[in-house]
Amino acid sequence: MLTAWWRDPWRKPRVLAAVTILYLLWSLLPVLVAALFSFNAGRSRTSWQGFSMRWYYGDPVRSVWHDDTLQTALVQTLRLGVVTTLVTVPLGVALAIGLHRWRGRLPNAANSMLLLSFVIPETLLAVALLLVVTNLALPFTLGTTSQVIGLVTFQLSYPAILVRARLATIGSQLEEAAMDLGASPLAAQRRVILPMLVPAIVASAVLVFADVIDDFVIVRYLSGDASTEPTSVKIYNTARAAPTPALNALATLMLVAAMLAVTLGFLLYRWLSKRTGENESIGSFAGET
Amino acid sequence: MRKAGRKPGNRLLGPILAFPGVLWLLLFFVAPLYVVLAVVFGGVDPVFRTVIPVWNPVLWSSDQPSYVLSHIVGPDGFFGPALLRTAVYVSVASVLCLVIAFPIAYYVARLSGRWKGLLLTLLIAPFWISYMMRMLAWVNLLANDGLVNRIISLGGVFPGDTEWLSGKSVVVILGLVYGYVPYMIIPLYAGLDRLPSELVEGARDLGAGRVSAFWRVTWPMSRPVVVASVLLTCLPMLGDYFTSDLLSGSPATSMVGNLINETVLTPGQTGQAGAFVLLVLIVSILPMLYYVRSVSRSEGSMA
Repeated sequence: MLTAWWRDPWRKPRVLAAVTILYLLWSLLPVLVAALFSFNAGRSRTSWQGFSMRWYYGDPVRSVWHDDTLQTALVQTLRLGVVTTLVTVPLGVALAIGLHRWRGRLPNAANSMLLLSFVIPETLLAVALLLVVTNLALPFTLGTTSQVIGLVTFQLSYPAILVRARLATIGSQLEEAAMDLGASPLAAQRRVILPMLVPAIVASAVLVFADVIDDFVIVRYLSGDASTEPTSVKIYNTARAAPTPALNALATLMLVAAMLAVTLGFLLYRWLSKRTGENESIGSFAGET
Repeated sequence: MRKAGRKPGNRLLGPILAFPGVLWLLLFFVAPLYVVLAVVFGGVDPVFRTVIPVWNPVLWSSDQPSYVLSHIVGPDGFFGPALLRTAVYVSVASVLCLVIAFPIAYYVARLSGRWKGLLLTLLIAPFWISYMMRMLAWVNLLANDGLVNRIISLGGVFPGDTEWLSGKSVVVILGLVYGYVPYMIIPLYAGLDRLPSELVEGARDLGAGRVSAFWRVTWPMSRPVVVASVLLTCLPMLGDYFTSDLLSGSPATSMVGNLINETVLTPGQTGQAGAFVLLVLIVSILPMLYYVRSVSRSEGSMA
């Protein structure tokens, strides 16, 4: 009977389904367990001692709310996320439109440079920028400014690639029609192309924000001192040194922030996509074009 | 086809819009790589042990890179094991990632209906969860009194006292797989989703079995996507030092990323860190260029 089931060409792919379910359990359960232990009443991160909000705000010294170092890390993470997104998205969108319209060898070289910045191992870029900041007389030192510069450089490819993919599907007819009807090239971009790009821009903004608040390598090398170390660095520094569940609480808060940003972004994206007739998929939120 | 230059402003708009982004990349992506060269081929202050970058290539000295190169193989080859380990860890982890990611990406790409959206969201979710949090989760689970040891000991029946978190290669490799497999599933899914399923159905209709339809139709079609996805996961692994630090913290599992991380902030050794950066860059430049070429080509066919 088993061989008959195996030979049936139209059977449902149960093996693949099982592999997928097992993978999802393996990939998500450890994180859920870590999040659960942030609500532990005791200071163990391995044995459950009852539910409490102690590590969020109850504990007067070590909770995220009362421990200044944890709070600083949280604020720094969100600050880097917002500032980097605000710089990266306009820069990347302009780059995408510019490269799309500009023909010749130079834009091809620029496009290759952009793609290289996307695949370079992050550690290499971070060390290179660290050497720049520590060896050149620049108007800024290690700290938030350096971190933002590094993050923008590493993230610039996301909006550029997503927006270029969308531009390729839009084609040039609409723009030409606008110009035939008397619009200047700039006005055609602003009034015809840009509105059609809004869903892709929203998706890339969410993607950049979610990726920046998770970043570790660049923000660690380019942080000046403890006051500019964000959550990920805090976790790295204390994960092996007998931490309390407050560390899990901090990580859980970041998780909630990322999920909130993605959910709100996706709802906005779906609403905008319906209006512009774009095929909406959650995949765009992971850089899929 | 677009008519080039129908208005004078039309031709300039592209370069003008691209200029700020291109300038940014030249200043903060290309120029820093030159600074690395200036540091690697520069000198070290004999008193303060600080870096003295040499900007003129004519004056470059090869003291620091040759120091690193001469300590890779031979009796003084204390850098060799970490480099070899990096190659082994990254290869094994990449293969494991592919073995896990391919069936999942293939299954979800072939799926339709409401389950597809839900599964896709769950598969992408780790992408938005911080890498450090995911490693922290395993640090908790693999601790001496953690869940893994307690499950193995079945509540004290067996001695579950394995020290998972000190210098175990298996743990570091599984950590790498756990950390990077989501980054492979997403591009694989995107590529497999675009494959025409009619060809596989045609092969089956013409009498190919499940296995031969896969090897003769699906696999050849998906090879470019597989190569690109493997590159996207193994390139960042080459610079990874934090997985080994968090899940082992022992020199017995250090990778080239650990060599970079340990030397870059040590006075007098920054040039060595730069030399390792160059080494990784040289190893990864061909795969990187291959990726750029394959992406540019598919963009060309789309436009």
